[in-house]
Amino acid sequence: MSAIDTTTASDYTAGEMMTVTAARALENGMTCFVGIGLPSEAANLARLTHAPDVVLIYESGTLQTKPEVLPLSIGDGELCESALTTVSVPEMFRYWLQGGKVNVGFLGTAQIDRYCNLNTTLIGDYQAPKVRLPGGGGAPEIATNAGEVFITLKHSPRAFVKDVDFITTLGFGRDGKGRDKVPHIGKGPTRVISDLCVMKPDPDDRELTVVSLHPGVTREQVQEATGWEIRFAADLETTPVPSARELEVLRELKARTERAHAGQ
Amino acid sequence: MAEILSLHDAVARYVEDGATVAMEGFTHLIPFAAGHEVIRQGRRDLTLIRMTPDLVYDQLIGAGCAKKVIFSWGGNPGVGSLHRLRDAVEKGWPRKIEILEHSHAAMACAFEAGAAGLPLAILRGYVGSELPSVNDQIKFIDCPFTGERLAAVPSVRPDVSIVHAQKADRAGNVLVEGIVGVQKEAVLAAKHAIVTVEEIVDDLATEADYHPNACIIPGWAIAAIAVAEKGALPSYAHGYYPRDNRFYKEWDAIARDRDAFSRWIKDHVMNGRDA
Repeated sequence: MSAIDTTTASDYTAGEMMTVTAARALENGMTCFVGIGLPSEAANLARLTHAPDVVLIYESGTLQTKPEVLPLSIGDGELCESALTTVSVPEMFRYWLQGGKVNVGFLGTAQIDRYCNLNTTLIGDYQAPKVRLPGGGGAPEIATNAGEVFITLKHSPRAFVKDVDFITTLGFGRDGKGRDKVPHIGKGPTRVISDLCVMKPDPDDRELTVVSLHPGVTREQVQEATGWEIRFAADLETTPVPSARELEVLRELKARTERAHAGQ
Repeated sequence: MAEILSLHDAVARYVEDGATVAMEGFTHLIPFAAGHEVIRQGRRDLTLIRMTPDLVYDQLIGAGCAKKVIFSWGGNPGVGSLHRLRDAVEKGWPRKIEILEHSHAAMACAFEAGAAGLPLAILRGYVGSELPSVNDQIKFIDCPFTGERLAAVPSVRPDVSIVHAQKADRAGNVLVEGIVGVQKEAVLAAKHAIVTVEEIVDDLATEADYHPNACIIPGWAIAAIAVAEKGALPSYAHGYYPRDNRFYKEWDAIARDRDAFSRWIKDHVMNGRDA
């Protein structure tokens, strides 16, 4: 690591703060089952900075992949071409995920509630939806079969709701006890990273609690963007700012990605 | 033994009104040309199975071919919604459709169980999810050995499966390379399988990319092979052409509007421009 790594940058966006913080959650050597979008951006930033040996796997069957540019879809050719190997989708879900080979699942979501339950199915009533969302995809089993789960999404009152309209994917259930006494189940969500703060489930009752505010963000801002009265940890911290190198790598990655997708 | 047919004849022979059809290809090798042929032949009341409906089922749904869709992730990857799927579910246009939704893990297992000739698939899945409350095809059973509660879903056994692959040889053996998804499982789970290919070569075993562990589907497990050059566009064929990401983005605006969609189908599918 060069001296530049510790240099802090004052000029960054809230989105960059979120991606860098999410990336830092991944430790070198972890095996991570990556969701498309923000998780994929964060996981690849981690791989290109502090965690070169992080193993990234995508549900398309691409195992230990090192994409040069971010995939638009979960099955872009780039993922296969840069993978150690590509297995069938049943093998991916059965052997690698269900078989317990994944340390962390990295997910995004449309809605999350105070017990970290995720909704990617619909807004409104199932029989007469107001908005039909894409559905579960890999998330329901990633969330229960991975060792733990990181979640990243932008903060807004529509996204952070007291109770999700539909539990597509288990956090800790409607009462916070959804994982209690279930055999062979992962720890579940251990942190949620938004563009305003970092949250963790309370160790006792599992309610999502703000543990770290991003620099310049106030408690009031987080509360306004959250659909329930959110708790703050007693020892509330300030999230470390992105380093110049993290920002440089992230910006290059996004620029490469834009060029690649525009060229096709 | 696979018969080498034209795409028109393969679809006409095996895809009947009311059939249960799986067109597979996980983002890669999506059989668009075959999907368009189904639209051109005006098939109706199909039960369409696909893990990720993608644009191909958005088009079939919007064209009125589907009565039911079984899927696990119904979005436009990296872009947003499938607007034709949404319009059908939310507003019943062009007709009301029934949906049955699963998770990827369950559908992948269900295809595998179909290929294995089993009535059901078992997985450690759906724990705490509310999907079982809206899909009566998700049940739970107790393991007879350990007592563990496990999810069970019926296997997928389509009347016809359609997949796209890079190449076949004169004996109908098919080589699939790259992201292989559940293509092999879909072929083996179906009563009849149609495989569209980029090209037909004399003998796969003499091809440079043939090796002992290559993903090969034997010709005698396939009903029909049809050549469909660029048959997976706008998805891609590993080694042949890349994914047309720009079209996936453009589709958002086309599919958002019923008239724009209908015009697109008329111009690009009914008039056969992409065939």
